[in-house]
Amino acid sequence: MIERTPVLDAVTHAVLISGLLLLLMPLWIVFVAASHDFQTVNQVPMPLWPGNHLLENLSLAWERGNFDRVMLNSLIVAVGVTVGKIVIAALSAFSIVYFSYRLRMVIFWMIFITLMLPLEVRIVPTYAVAADALRPFQATLDVLGIPLDLPEWNLLNTYSGLILPLIATATGTFLYRQFFLTVPDELTEAAKMDGAGPIRFFLEVLMPLSKTNMAALATIMFVWSWNQYLWPLLVVTDHQNFATATMQLQKIVPGPAFGEPPIWNVAMAANLIVLAPPVLVTILLQRWFVRGLISTDK
Amino acid sequence: MEKRATFSNLWLAAALVAPQLLLVFVFFYWPSGEALYWAFTLEPPFGGSNQWVGFLNFSTVFSDAKYWASVRVSLIFALVATVLSLAIAVLLALFVDRRLPGHQVYKFTYFLPYALAAPAVGLAFRFIFAPDAGFVSAINRAFPDLWNPALDGVDALALIIMAQAWKMAGYNFVFFLAALQSIPRTLVEAGAMDGASVLRRMRDIQLPLIAPTLFFLIVINITDSFVDSFGIVDITTGGGPARATDLMVYKIYSDGFQGKDYSLAAAQSIVLMLLVVALTFVQFRFVERRIHYT
Repeated sequence: MIERTPVLDAVTHAVLISGLLLLLMPLWIVFVAASHDFQTVNQVPMPLWPGNHLLENLSLAWERGNFDRVMLNSLIVAVGVTVGKIVIAALSAFSIVYFSYRLRMVIFWMIFITLMLPLEVRIVPTYAVAADALRPFQATLDVLGIPLDLPEWNLLNTYSGLILPLIATATGTFLYRQFFLTVPDELTEAAKMDGAGPIRFFLEVLMPLSKTNMAALATIMFVWSWNQYLWPLLVVTDHQNFATATMQLQKIVPGPAFGEPPIWNVAMAANLIVLAPPVLVTILLQRWFVRGLISTDK
Repeated sequence: MEKRATFSNLWLAAALVAPQLLLVFVFFYWPSGEALYWAFTLEPPFGGSNQWVGFLNFSTVFSDAKYWASVRVSLIFALVATVLSLAIAVLLALFVDRRLPGHQVYKFTYFLPYALAAPAVGLAFRFIFAPDAGFVSAINRAFPDLWNPALDGVDALALIIMAQAWKMAGYNFVFFLAALQSIPRTLVEAGAMDGASVLRRMRDIQLPLIAPTLFFLIVINITDSFVDSFGIVDITTGGGPARATDLMVYKIYSDGFQGKDYSLAAAQSIVLMLLVVALTFVQFRFVERRIHYT
């Protein structure tokens, strides 16, 4: 718009630059702290320009935090949740939208309601279920009077335990449903006319059309599941083998001994390692991330 | 909404929806039901099955001063962090939407904080605001003992509020900017033709038009502060000092998993669930009414 407002323009630039400082400064400080040695990082005031100990701190943090293993674990969990979510959500949304049966709306609402209670709010009972995932079925069988004993299926300290409860939400289902509803009926009719069954239609018409949605959902789910903290903290007691990256942050804080300052440079290096993958994903796949944020309300 | 052309293979329909239903049953409905059961029962000290105790667990929870302190802290945390982060985000979004030279840069950087995990944000802020090292410690050099979140409850609460507000500011910015950009340019131009200044247009045209987004974000932010704040609290303050940052989620965790009192934790979970459900109801009403300009 052609308008001459030099004062306001200057204010605008000033506000935007302060916003940039405010929002990126913490990240910069983490980076700077991770690049100094122990003495320098504990100086008051701390230096604001990076030093040359970054690689050293990173490798020390990597070793202390057992990151070889935990980064792999986090990757497995994040990819597992992302893929599981995309597949399961697409299938159930397809069923709800493209088949006509009476329970359809009931099922839709049953899935939709899960949006209301995030995992963190119901951790205590969900943890109890994870200790034996078949217990709900066993209890149902007992109530129905069917004398059948199911084996115990303990999900604690397993990848399934880390992944499955995170998939059990409605986020993706809702997104796919909204999208499927906008797909023109003519496409379905044409596919049926050409003799395509539901599976063929799903795989060859609907899925290619949903690519954009899938990318958005995948980005957001990857970041969301990588950043999970409370649930892994509960499910994993075998820290050597199943800890995830975010869990290591808690262990890395304490100082060498009581009264001494914490080893901040190594702690910040560990923080840098843990926050790098989601930050990289959001920067590289930014279009999808922003789109996913807005369409899933996550 | 209904589809005109549908398929009729019911077995296939059931098979497609089955995985999701099973997961939701095992990890959502069953635990939620069990939380209710635990909230109204107590485990006898010498084993055996749980006994029905009515509202005993709730009255234990409600008569505990520590619980009310935790509710108070959670509400302060939720409100201050939400207001702070929405105010920053809406200001930045309004100014970015002026589309002055260079505004693209901000669009691509402001949302970054939201990509960080809550514990990572917590650890970063713990260092930045540490009393004896880090960025803010310089204040203590000038005014000794002015700032110490490890000892002063108010400082600790301020610390987690800033961490939460920072994390959510980037998220809120994305939504505000999307809302502002969906306002037809012609409306703002018409305002300019009528002689409204930039600030006047922001106040009388743009802000009212993004009000639905604002309401939606208020609910999302409050819910998130009840739920996702665990990571921040656990890393920065651990609920301390002297329970000054003992948020509701954190208290459920410490009562249930460190105190091993499932009934008490379940009763608290139910209260928190009701709070979150109430908020979500409000949200759905506004989501339905979210205005789309085409």
